[in-house]
Amino acid sequence: MALPVKHELSVIKIGQILTRYPFAATFFENNGIPADSNKEKSLDEYFSTIDETYKEDMAISQEHFTGQLEEYITQMLSFLGDTGTKVDSLTILPGHGKTGEPENFSHLTIKKNEIISIVGPTGSGKSRLLADIEWAAQNDTPTGRSILINNEQPDQKWRYSSSEKLVAQLSQNMNFVMDLSVHEFLELHAESRMISDRKNIIMKIIDQANHLSGETFDTETPITALSGGQSRALMIADTAILSSSPIILIDEIENAGIDRKKALELLISEGKIVLIATHDPILALMGNRRIVIKNGGIEKIIENTDDERSILTEIEIMDKKIQSLRRKLRNGEHLTTID
Amino acid sequence: MNLVTVSGPPSVGKTSVILKTIISLKSRGLKVGVVKFDCLYTDDDVLYEKAGIEVRKGLSGGLCPDHYFVSNIEEVVDWGLGKDFDLLISESAGLCNRCSPYINGINAICVIDNLSGIGTPKKIGPMLKSADIVVITKGDIVSQAEREVFASRVHSVNPKAVILHVNGLTGQGSFELSTLLYKENDHITSLKGKTLRFSMPAALCSYCLGETRIGESYQMGNVRKIDLGKN
Ligand SMILES: Nc1ncnc2c1ncn2[C@@H]1O[C@H](COP(=O)(O)OP(=O)(O)OP(=O)(O)O)[C@@H](O)[C@H]1O
Ligand SMILES: Nc1nc2c(ncn2[C@@H]2O[C@H](COP(=O)(O)OP(=O)(O)O)[C@@H](O)[C@H]2O)c(=O)[nH]1
Ligand SMILES: [Mg+2]
Ligand SMILES: [Mg+2]
Repeated sequence: MALPVKHELSVIKIGQILTRYPFAATFFENNGIPADSNKEKSLDEYFSTIDETYKEDMAISQEHFTGQLEEYITQMLSFLGDTGTKVDSLTILPGHGKTGEPENFSHLTIKKNEIISIVGPTGSGKSRLLADIEWAAQNDTPTGRSILINNEQPDQKWRYSSSEKLVAQLSQNMNFVMDLSVHEFLELHAESRMISDRKNIIMKIIDQANHLSGETFDTETPITALSGGQSRALMIADTAILSSSPIILIDEIENAGIDRKKALELLISEGKIVLIATHDPILALMGNRRIVIKNGGIEKIIENTDDERSILTEIEIMDKKIQSLRRKLRNGEHLTTID
Repeated sequence: MNLVTVSGPPSVGKTSVILKTIISLKSRGLKVGVVKFDCLYTDDDVLYEKAGIEVRKGLSGGLCPDHYFVSNIEEVVDWGLGKDFDLLISESAGLCNRCSPYINGINAICVIDNLSGIGTPKKIGPMLKSADIVVITKGDIVSQAEREVFASRVHSVNPKAVILHVNGLTGQGSFELSTLLYKENDHITSLKGKTLRFSMPAALCSYCLGETRIGESYQMGNVRKIDLGKN
């Protein structure tokens, strides 16, 4: 599709604009211009027919509207034409800790499908590290770190584009506030991503969410009526499958009601890079490696040892037992043995 | 001195975001002052003072707060220049969603929150549509999907703006915002000759002039009637 030219946008029929750029319908609607009933007019004609009072009331000016429309179309075309920057790796280059001492590593590269955990005391700088990644720091944040994407200096778009964010964050606080059914909600999210095959992707998300939580829900359930476990499961499945962001940050995840291992597997199976700041031993060991932060700086990067891997297997078994006790209590059963 | 105007509906987190952002600005050695515009009452000046920030407040009382803003911003700029600020931030509550006292050539920030509902971006007029930077707060209480949907709605009414997510409680994102607020070559020495980005509504009726009585015969000037249809 050709790029729009501001002058041309003013003289061709609104109907032609919509034929050429179907996605512009959203722009007309959200800016209070009824496109459907004015298809036969050009913007010049439309603006000359509406009276000054209406323009005043709606705070519309032709100059401003056309300028924004041109920008919207240009951005959308580049978004749609872009097959998406594939992010295969993320590299952190060292900066310094809170008192200026240089960080003690040469570089840290994390590949897609990899999980890395971040551990360290309160106030040590875990969230700051996550923020450096999100902002694609270039030695211009308080830590002096730099971030590379695919071994190169990242595109500025990661900072300023609203449709392409480097990072998606799973909220610690997993609530929904919108007044919609599960289906309407996913439809809306898919629409905002300009996804054409919505039906299949929505089914896939609901399947995966039901798989994670174990308590199934259907598409007509209002999202605000989901249980804690169901909400978390839906959010994780939605972020894995529908979010555009190649990197997922998790700043402590609540575990009740979902299978964390399956959740992380789902995220990496969709080609994401996952970083988890956590104090939970299971999550901390689920990564391939862990970053230890002290006093604002990365102190070391530890590979999981064989001992740790077998410890993880053991604590996962313990965790399963606790989950099973919880389930029995919830169902009103007596506890007889730990099995 | 740089000037930045910050607007947004009440309680979206303007003061919280400004306070967090000033921490980063101060650590760069910049001297920052704030002026708060409101209608009837504000406690924000106390919050700014507590944080050690020089602040002045202006209450519009019975006047339209945005008209009041434009009629006073020049004096405010003179005050800031006199104080030798590097950056002066004005905070004003957008009260009617229609207006916005943004000035051409002056960095304009609109703050809105994720809780206000996805229909909100299209209801807010120039305050959102002609801002240079849109800050979205309270992302901590909603899901990733809701944040993405909300941001895409904002984008569809103001594609030119930079959209940033800032958490007013933890300050996440405020360092990043601070990098967009001060530019070495954006200094102003006066607002003379500058214009508003959008005209304010023509509003001069008898009630603007203090009329309190209800009834057709007291309504003069710019009066418009609601269309209730036929029974
Ligand atoms: N290298 C650094 N240089 C300067 N300041 C830093 C550095 N690292 C972190 N900070 C600052 O230290 C403060 C605490 O860091 P942060 O919030 O990231 O800690 P945290 O590990 O996430 O803590 P919690 O466990 O409580 O969430 C922040 O204000 C952050 O900007
Ligand atoms: N959860 C949450 N609360 C916030 C956030 N930002 C501000 N608040 C709270 O929202 C309320 C209103 O904030 P305030 O800064 O006074 O809003 P203003 O009226 O726009 O200046 C306060 O209670 C803040 O603590 C945020 O990002 N997340
Ligand atoms: Mg933290
Ligand atoms: Mg305030």
